Amino acid sequence: MKYVTEYRDAALVKSVIEEIRRTVTRPWTLMEICGGQTHAIVRHGIDQLLPPEIELVHGPGCPVCVTPLELIDKALEIAARPDVIFCSYGDMLRVPGSKRDLFSVKAQGGDVRVVYSPLDAVALAQQHPDKQVVFFAIGFETTAPPNVMSVLQAQKLGLKNYSILVSHVRVPPAINAILSSPHNRVQGFLLAGHVSAVMGYWEYPPLVEKFRIPMVVTGFEPLDIVQGILTTVQLLEAGKIEVANAYQRAVTFDGLKPAQAAINKVFMECDRKWRGIGMIPMSGWCLRPEFGEYNAEKRFDVADIHAEESPLCIAGEILQGLKKPHHCPAFGKQCTPENPLGATMVSSEGACAAYYKYKRVEA
Amino acid sequence: MTDETVNIEGAVCAPPLPHNEQIVMGHGAGGRMSHQLIQKAFVPAFQNPALQQGDDAALVVPDGLRQKLSISTDAHVVWPLFFPGGDIGKLAVCGTVNDVAMLGAKPLYLTAGFILEEGLQMDTLKRVIESMRQAAEEAGVQIVAGDTKVVQKGKADGLYITTAGVGVVREGVNVSGANARPGDVVLLSGSIGDHGIAVLGARGELGFESSLQSDVAPLNHLIAAMLDASPNVHVLRDPTRGGLATTLNEIAGQSGVGIVLDEETIPVHPEVNAACEMLGFDPLYVANEGKLIAIVAHEDAEKVLAAMKQTRYGEGAVAIGEVAAEPKGRVLLKTALGSTRVVDMLAGEMLPRIC
Repeated sequence: MKYVTEYRDAALVKSVIEEIRRTVTRPWTLMEICGGQTHAIVRHGIDQLLPPEIELVHGPGCPVCVTPLELIDKALEIAARPDVIFCSYGDMLRVPGSKRDLFSVKAQGGDVRVVYSPLDAVALAQQHPDKQVVFFAIGFETTAPPNVMSVLQAQKLGLKNYSILVSHVRVPPAINAILSSPHNRVQGFLLAGHVSAVMGYWEYPPLVEKFRIPMVVTGFEPLDIVQGILTTVQLLEAGKIEVANAYQRAVTFDGLKPAQAAINKVFMECDRKWRGIGMIPMSGWCLRPEFGEYNAEKRFDVADIHAEESPLCIAGEILQGLKKPHHCPAFGKQCTPENPLGATMVSSEGACAAYYKYKRVEA
Repeated sequence: MTDETVNIEGAVCAPPLPHNEQIVMGHGAGGRMSHQLIQKAFVPAFQNPALQQGDDAALVVPDGLRQKLSISTDAHVVWPLFFPGGDIGKLAVCGTVNDVAMLGAKPLYLTAGFILEEGLQMDTLKRVIESMRQAAEEAGVQIVAGDTKVVQKGKADGLYITTAGVGVVREGVNVSGANARPGDVVLLSGSIGDHGIAVLGARGELGFESSLQSDVAPLNHLIAAMLDASPNVHVLRDPTRGGLATTLNEIAGQSGVGIVLDEETIPVHPEVNAACEMLGFDPLYVANEGKLIAIVAHEDAEKVLAAMKQTRYGEGAVAIGEVAAEPKGRVLLKTALGSTRVVDMLAGEMLPRIC
């Protein structure tokens, strides 16, 4: 398959790994921030092929995993209403709220639909003027452009029955929070390729300066990932503190300016709770007041929903790279993909799910 | 939960949702949730040796009968009713023919139950019936009895079909999901994922045009050719819902063996790969309706593979791995890069990833 096969070429990947082996002289701990990369690393077994000096820890970049429980409960409340068609990316259906999940709401008659794009939800709003159509707008910077475009499209069409439940999160404040922690072990970052395709990487030089560690924009195919690791290791070994781009076929320094402009038009930065981590200041996006009529939280009056979490699960520490999934006493026992205790076991991008799926022999 | 430092002590997670209270879609996806439903709800109630065997068909030996019978049943609710390469009628015939044949049996007779929704076009029903006639003819089975019920508009999605079938097990063969032995070779009759992606395409869920056809087909003649080549076929199973990964996990569990696959040998149509990459699916979990997995004694594997390749539905047959003593009940995959990973069963419903 064009643009995939080339980047899974075993000989090329092995040659880059050889180069990593030749370059590395001491232990380094790297974090891949993005859940898509965690998934690819474990699926292709890239971690097994690296020299023992390189430790990869998995970051909080799974938007499904970090969506706060409270917001899931709000989603469930809205989705259960008879006048609502609730649209979501597929992964969110399995994430447990306090008492139930979207699957249960669907089984009890809620109209819950999996869509591939929020524009599909806008189309549903056009087709069903008698219903309220709500889209669960979660994600990092990657899904922000389609999500804001759906609002702009609804505005253009004059739709009064479309709204979004927003739980957007941003990568740079998360990196800032991880590196600010006194427990931090991360010495180099693989930056998320798709996020950077939208946003560019102009936001990272100040973080690199502040924390004095290198960051490398990295893609998702095996060759991209090992190339990102190699570049990071080269910078670390040479003592260079800078941002580099190992995903040049998709990412520029500035990113996609029209997409960023659309995001800024509809969203503004706000404080955001991360499931498993807690509140990170100014780490989210929410709707600007002038787009308030598209805010599902306001439209459906669900502000009063609060929630508590299971004490067994260590998703918080896993999302911060402090622990690995198989360190959790519940992993594979009380907590499995069918019976997830935590969101990291739920999403296919979650580190626990990736470990459960691909690595249980060692666990 | 403070301003500049992240809180590492705050364990934050939601309580478990076992879905024990009500049926959700995942119970019907053919993965682990389906298995748990069968194990918890059906097996304890109906328990008997044939059911406990855990194969797709039951092997029974009625008193006074010399031959062993293979019996199975299959319900079909596919939507849309017609899709590239097949329709619900062809699926209903092939599904049961294949399940019966997977015990090394020659399928002989089928019955069919129809649940029709008020308002269904007569022409649609006739097209489905004609398709069933053709599929039965190709498979060499007779549809000998049936039943029809009509439900009110909105109580069904056009048309559901349940078929049941019976066949005679060939003498001298002993085929079951429990018979895989270390050293055996795993054969696959062709490319995986065609049916699942073709149906998604017919629903308009791919977002792009696809010329992909469902692989739905009766596999009994292929199986007969394989058993002609060697009686040492230990396991036969069609990887339908849940895909290759789920079916191999079932076999590994039933036989108490490990199965080691070689990623590079597993044939996947480029269009299936493209669709899976775009939607976030793994072809290993996508449904097939005209493919089979065979686990064959090492010394006869070449012979059986050659026989498969001579048949219409086995042209693309390949060896994809081996059975090992360890790790018991697990499926491993040697990746193209030379690493090894676990291939798990499908959990619940197959969900597209967010990005």
